[in-house]
Amino acid sequence: MSEQPPRIVIAGAGHAGGSAAAFLRQYGWKGGITLVGEEANAPYQRPPLSKAWLKGEATAESLALRPARFYAQQNIELRLGTRLEVLDRAAKRLVLSDGTALGYDRLILALGARPRALPLPGADLAGVLALRGTIDADALQAALKPGARLAVIGGGYIGLEVAASARALGAGAVVIEREARVLARVAGADLSAFLERAHRARGVEIVTGAQVQAIEGQDGAARAVLLQDGTRIPADTVLVGIGAMPNLELAREAGLDCGAGIVVDLAARTSDPAIYAIGDCTQRPLPLYDRAGRLESVPNAIEQAKQAAADLCGRPPPPPEVPWFWSDQFELRLQMAGLAFDARETVVRGDMAADSFAVFHLDAAQRVLAVEAVNAPTDFMAGRLLVAKQARVAPDLLRDTATPLKDLAA
Amino acid sequence: MPSVTYIEHNGTEYRIEVEDGLSVMRGAVDNGVPGIDGDCGGECACATCHVYVDEAWLAKTGTPSEQEASMLSFAATAQPNSRLSCQIAMTAELDGLVVRMPEAQH
Repeated sequence: MSEQPPRIVIAGAGHAGGSAAAFLRQYGWKGGITLVGEEANAPYQRPPLSKAWLKGEATAESLALRPARFYAQQNIELRLGTRLEVLDRAAKRLVLSDGTALGYDRLILALGARPRALPLPGADLAGVLALRGTIDADALQAALKPGARLAVIGGGYIGLEVAASARALGAGAVVIEREARVLARVAGADLSAFLERAHRARGVEIVTGAQVQAIEGQDGAARAVLLQDGTRIPADTVLVGIGAMPNLELAREAGLDCGAGIVVDLAARTSDPAIYAIGDCTQRPLPLYDRAGRLESVPNAIEQAKQAAADLCGRPPPPPEVPWFWSDQFELRLQMAGLAFDARETVVRGDMAADSFAVFHLDAAQRVLAVEAVNAPTDFMAGRLLVAKQARVAPDLLRDTATPLKDLAA
Repeated sequence: MPSVTYIEHNGTEYRIEVEDGLSVMRGAVDNGVPGIDGDCGGECACATCHVYVDEAWLAKTGTPSEQEASMLSFAATAQPNSRLSCQIAMTAELDGLVVRMPEAQH
């Protein structure tokens, strides 16, 4: 058998897949790298799609994860506009949707997630949109003209960010949330309440505890969202933002261990030694919290891309990071670190009324589990450090803005 | 095009031409220079593009904004010449800029 340098195929050219390709070269991978992506564009940053891109403040160049020339310079083969259809682990062979077959020595699954579809009448009307890629964002941007009426189904981060952008573009925005508060699954009650107030003060209507019955249309186009209580919310554009589903069907069919996502360890290895998985499609260990879970975030995509690249290049795994997230809504910069599993106590530091504060979540032993900071970068950075150290902090000191966080984090 | 010299913690140097207006972070990331991550894409939200600006260039690169200074205040390896490289935009005036990378960004 001739000694070919080993080939890595990365299936999925989102933030995780694109980063993995770059880190592999940075860490010295000499073999082939093929990056397969379903979208027509090379890897790009999704976070600006709901913000700067919608508002026309970003360009394709600024959105790109790397410039177009990077891939040729780094000898990374891009196969765009096609996706993985068959994964034959025994033969280490893939079949792509364009019909071509591709062998691999090592495979990185970076399959991402897709927007959860709304299983209700009217979901197929024109003007009903989701937001995942640039095509979605362009459709949304075209719709959000001054005077347009946007209804967002789902009060998650994407929904709130788009509502804020819609207001900036001169469109009306209503956010419809099934739970009693926005961000019910991903944020604490204090932050939810603050953001509801902040959005209402800036002209976004927020309806909570609302069950959508149907989207009503006229001539095939959305005209209103009908709630179960009979309320009719007029809208010409409806954004469905009710969460994402990990793309793990192929992995499951191929017999890889899957839970809520493709099960991986802290080196991003799956149950098949030749296959790694990274990003939104994985269920990963959360070492600080003694459990496993799925993290849909750019920092997680990058962290796991590093884990896979390091392992493939024979490097020690990077030290585990504190999960973190960010969001921009109006002039509010949100930065969150840690996960508030088993939180028993919340401490607010700073001034909510002045739009600058942080909410710390502590467990029963007063260990800092998570921080949610609004226009409070120092508190965010300190909180991230406190979470990493699993530091115990007296709530009264945390609350006292005269006590520098530097002292508490020392 | 103005150039930047990036010096890795281990001493490896990279001289890179960076287009006017692009950030010093983008210059590194776009050219595969290790040691600058830029996880948030240049939003001054993550502090993973930390560099030490060579003393000779401190006056020309200016001073960090309040947001940037806050982010830097908790970087484990911060020094008085620390900057977040996503917040330094290249100009002709910065041609020849020298920055050094800390041992780790995380």
